[in-house]
Formats: sequence, structure tokens, C-alpha cells
Amino acid sequence: MNEVARKPIGRFVPLIVFAALVAFFVIGLVWNQTHDARFVPSPLIDKPAPEFRLPRLEQPTQFVTKADLLGKPYLINVFASWCFACGDEHPTLMAYRDKFGLPLIGYDYKDAPQDARAWLDRHGNPYHEVITDQSGDTAINFGVYGAPETYLIDAEGVIRYKHIGPLTPDVIAKELEPKIRALEQAGT
Amino acid sequence: MKRLLIVILVAFALALSAAAFAIDPLPFKDNAQRDRFQHLTRELRCMVCQDESLLASNADFAKQLRRQIFDMMQQGKSDKEIKDWLVARYSTFILYDPPLAPSTIALWFGTPVILLAGGIVVVVLLRRRTRPARTLAEDLGDDW
Repeated sequence: MNEVARKPIGRFVPLIVFAALVAFFVIGLVWNQTHDARFVPSPLIDKPAPEFRLPRLEQPTQFVTKADLLGKPYLINVFASWCFACGDEHPTLMAYRDKFGLPLIGYDYKDAPQDARAWLDRHGNPYHEVITDQSGDTAINFGVYGAPETYLIDAEGVIRYKHIGPLTPDVIAKELEPKIRALEQAGT
Repeated sequence: MKRLLIVILVAFALALSAAAFAIDPLPFKDNAQRDRFQHLTRELRCMVCQDESLLASNADFAKQLRRQIFDMMQQGKSDKEIKDWLVARYSTFILYDPPLAPSTIALWFGTPVILLAGGIVVVVLLRRRTRPARTLAEDLGDDW
């Protein structure tokens, strides 16, 4: 019968379907292992940073605005004294503050100024400037949803890179440093 | 006895209604605005605790965004304007109802396509089986 010639291939159809299902599950598992669902890509990358006007931690009557910082690239690091992961990140910032080659601005997020001051006194201050956002309203315009977060902003005030979670030497070497070098290349 | 039962029921109903508004006391203009607020925030994701809506979450982040959404409503902003404002800051990830976009095509059409393919397979198999009675017996014996 000519049926016999056709049948062997038909027999493998369930196996092929099963293998396809297994492949989907494996892809899903691996993807979940390698991607942290908490880290959502920011839609603000390559967009102008939001306008802000925030008081300095040390002189609360003085304000720092976005316009004040235009002209050269800078880093903004969102931190808070209540933020546990910020403590993990802190030694890295101390070690790298002078290696970035650009100003590192501390953004004290939803924090009492005296708590932030005490925290920086105790651990050391890695920042060239610290601004405070007690209400957290400005932070929403930056898309902040969990400290620590780090932004690289270029001389024109455009957000070039954002990292959510603690900066590590690995992240700095693989992601942040190349972005900073790229800005330097473009600037010269 | 009957009166006691009514008192208990009324007390219970009051307790329940109090719980429903316990999250934060926002001064809504009227019930319609409150309903609109609850409907809107139920469709939005709390970015910090991602399996909760902005309406349900007690996280600081959710409280703050609820306050901002409330303020925007008082300014007469539409639901769409509020959602656009949020998406500009937190990406479409904040929407529980994902918009149709190139990155969500598989999400929107994947299931119907797979269902359709499965349906076609079933129809083809049934057709083949019901043709002549002789083949049916063979198919049953050989394939399954």
C-alpha cells in the first residue's frame, strides 16, 4: 500500500510538536534566568533630561537646576539613607568617583536631609555635589522607581544611559565606561 | 432577634465599605470621579511591586503616583493624557493592557494563530478519518 510510505513521517509529528514545546519552555526558563524583570528599559534614553530645580544638601537655600549643569557631561546617582542596596553600591562609588572623569552628582531621594548627611558622614561622601528631592516628585519625571539608579547626561542635557540597581565594577567597565568614552569622543 | 440580625448586617456592611476606601483619603469631587480613578489605577502597574496594581499597592511609589494621578484628574486631564504621561516616564510596561506595537504582535496574535493551526490540524485529521470506513480502521490501528 502507498500508505506505508507516508506513515513513518506522520509518526514523528507528535515528537516534533513536543520538541517545539520543550524548546519554548527552555527559552522561557533561560530568559528568566538571565533577565531581571525589575529592570525595565527607560523610555527616556536619548531624550532630554527633565527640568529640575532642587536644593543642595549642604546649603538648602541654594538650588541647582538643569541649566546650571549644561555644558559638560555628568552622572546623577539616585540614593537614599534608607536604601539598603545603596550601601552595597557605596564602596564602588568611592573607588570610582575620580576615575569617571566627570562630576558625580548625588540625588538624595525621598530622604530627610539630616539622615542623608549622617549617612554620608558615616560612610564617606563620593559625590561632587548632592541635591535633595524630599517629595520625590522630580524623581518621577526622571522615571525613578527604585534606588539606586544612575544616569549619564551629556553636555546638551540629554540622558545617554541609565542603570537601575547598584553600580558594580563589572557594570562600569562593560556599560558605563564605554558610554562615557563615546561622549568624550563625540565632544572632541 | 430579627432586629439584631439587621444591626449586625448593617455594621458588617459599614465595616466593608470603610475598608474599601482605607488606602488613602483623596478628596474626590464625586463618586463618578472616584470610580474613574479606581478604574484607571487598577489598569496600571506598580513598578516597584510588579504584580500589584497602582490601586492595590501600599508601596510608597504607588501612593505617590496615586497622588499625582489624582492631581492630574483635578486639572481636567483625560485618562489617555494621564496614561501617556506615565508611559513617557516608565514605558508601556506600566500599562497592564499592552498596546498593539511591533514588540507585542506575538502577544496579541500568537494565541489565536496557534489556536487556528491546532483547529486546522484537528479538522484535517477528522476529515481523513471519516472518509471511507476501511481507512478509519487502518488509521486507528496504525496511528494510535
